[in-house]
Amino acid sequence: MNLFEFQGKELFRKFGIPVPDGFVISSESELDGKQIRWPVAIKSQVLVGGRGKAGGIKFADSLESAKSVAKELFSARLKGLKVRNLLIEGKLNIDKELYISIAIDTSAKQPLIMVSQKGGMDIESVNDSDIYMQHIDPFVGFSQYLATAAAKRLGLGADLSRQFSDLLSNMCKLFEQYDAELVEINPLVITKEGKLMAADAKVSIDQDSLFRHTDIKGSYDDLTDLENEARLKGYSFVELDGTIGVVANGAGLTMATLDTLLLHGLKPRNFLDLGGTDNTDIVKNAFPILLKANPKSIFVNIFGGVTKCDTVAQGIVAAKNEFDISIPLVVRLSGVHEEEGRRILEQNKIHAFPNMADGVKKVAELSK
Amino acid sequence: MVFIDKNTRIIVQGITGHQGSFHSAEMIKFGAKVVAGITPGKGGTKVNDVPVFDTVAECMHLVPSASMISVPAPFVKDAFFEAMENGIKIIYVLTEHVPKHDEVEMYANAKRNGVILIGPNGPGLTVPFESKMGIMPNHIFKKGGVAVVSRSGTLTYEIVKALSDAGLGQSTVLGLGGDAVVGLSFLDMLKALKDDKDTNAVVLVGEIGGTAEEDAAEYIKKGFGKKVVAYIAGRSAPPGKRMGHAGAIITRGKGTAESKIKALNDAGVKVAQYPQDIPSLINEGK
Repeated sequence: MNLFEFQGKELFRKFGIPVPDGFVISSESELDGKQIRWPVAIKSQVLVGGRGKAGGIKFADSLESAKSVAKELFSARLKGLKVRNLLIEGKLNIDKELYISIAIDTSAKQPLIMVSQKGGMDIESVNDSDIYMQHIDPFVGFSQYLATAAAKRLGLGADLSRQFSDLLSNMCKLFEQYDAELVEINPLVITKEGKLMAADAKVSIDQDSLFRHTDIKGSYDDLTDLENEARLKGYSFVELDGTIGVVANGAGLTMATLDTLLLHGLKPRNFLDLGGTDNTDIVKNAFPILLKANPKSIFVNIFGGVTKCDTVAQGIVAAKNEFDISIPLVVRLSGVHEEEGRRILEQNKIHAFPNMADGVKKVAELSK
Repeated sequence: MVFIDKNTRIIVQGITGHQGSFHSAEMIKFGAKVVAGITPGKGGTKVNDVPVFDTVAECMHLVPSASMISVPAPFVKDAFFEAMENGIKIIYVLTEHVPKHDEVEMYANAKRNGVILIGPNGPGLTVPFESKMGIMPNHIFKKGGVAVVSRSGTLTYEIVKALSDAGLGQSTVLGLGGDAVVGLSFLDMLKALKDDKDTNAVVLVGEIGGTAEEDAAEYIKKGFGKKVVAYIAGRSAPPGKRMGHAGAIITRGKGTAESKIKALNDAGVKVAQYPQDIPSLINEGK
């Protein structure tokens, strides 16, 4: 789960990682009466990359200009997202911009430190040769030599190296203690005054670890309203831009269903993974979410295992009776209790195909 | 077959839970030797005629060598360490939503102690009709020479059933697990299957995210000696969107379906467009 920059910087302060002085506002009037040292940076708080390039970061050197900039940023959408908060920070005298991150490398299955002299907005296009990478041995954790080696690669002098060592050590503590998937500072600024300063903060906390981090407030601003509704009801749901509503079980099978539809020239409206369930209500209650997405037809693709076909059939029948499903519904059932499932559907005049290929062909036919 | 056979003595940590009791019963029906269940506080009872103990240490006189862990996510790491410290060498974790940092720690310890860690968050390991640890539906299997290694659950069943329907039985079917950090990888499995006399062909069922498929392709390229075919799910996934489990995410242009398909093709591995095309790719050129 991604944290906003201001939330990340609160954690940075807690762990002694240097950040510029600043405060958060949710309307431009909150600037009135504040003690502010001009000039300031005004930064839109959104959970999307490329914020600077999209015009989400501006500068101001007086209250008047700050208020007009704030008003403008609050009223516009940034890459489709509403800006609810702005972070107001003292503008830094930048000498140099570096890059540093700690993430879990899923191939090596170890935390990985990455640093580069070429920090800033174009980090994604920096050559691999300009990025220094070093794994952290889970049995050892942070050790001084890791910082020494990285500081050398960044070309830092003695004083900055000492600051850098503290910074990396504190980043590692934050990474460990908060079950982070990513702690990234880009840019990590060297100021003209010779100080290291985290100009940005990108912290992502493992969703599955939140039970032990009750102080972390989740924000789901990067989800659409419908995705958020589905999330609250416990569905794994992603909106896409097509017209075929999809319900399947298991992430792999659901993706394979979307792929198969697309290979037939049919564009899916969504990804919806029922997961493993033997509860008819979970099946039934997926339909109102789908219907809100206004698909032209619905394709249910189930391979029964933990999720039994008769349970799914009962859920579909219940949904059909309770909600107004006036669009074509195509069902494929295979696996555990498939005969029983198919019988339940046939009794309610719903045909169930035994394999995915035939189901998709039917969807194609109905979409003509 | 790899890792387990009809003589493997299996324990189930969390056997008294809903999942643990249902799936241990299915495992026994399939032929698996489930010798003990572990649930703290439930020692002395029985589930599916299997004796339940409070701790792993108390059941070690039954000489188990493998454990299936089906306990709530916050307790998985503890259950893993308990099994490992008692000398269990094959540990499969069924549970989903295990914290990533716990997975990193479990993997590092498994590696150091020579433990085979399967999962978390996968359907487990099935050797038709020898033994089974996990949740794959019993009736889809047929004994034969095709090994299936997959990052998915239901998609595995889909492909296993297509193989069985086409008369192609399976030697070993293993779900690696859907999480971003799991114990076994495609590469580990290929190494294990290379000299397995029961296996003459391998199906890799991959999906977007990570580089496990690319690593496998690199290995196959050096000469594997057995036919390998593949299916990759997630061609249609938009970048940066999480599709269900944590494994399925594309970032920074890495881990895309295109990159995986290209790497596999370069290694001489044919990649099926549809899951149901896997059997004909296996039969091609026979």
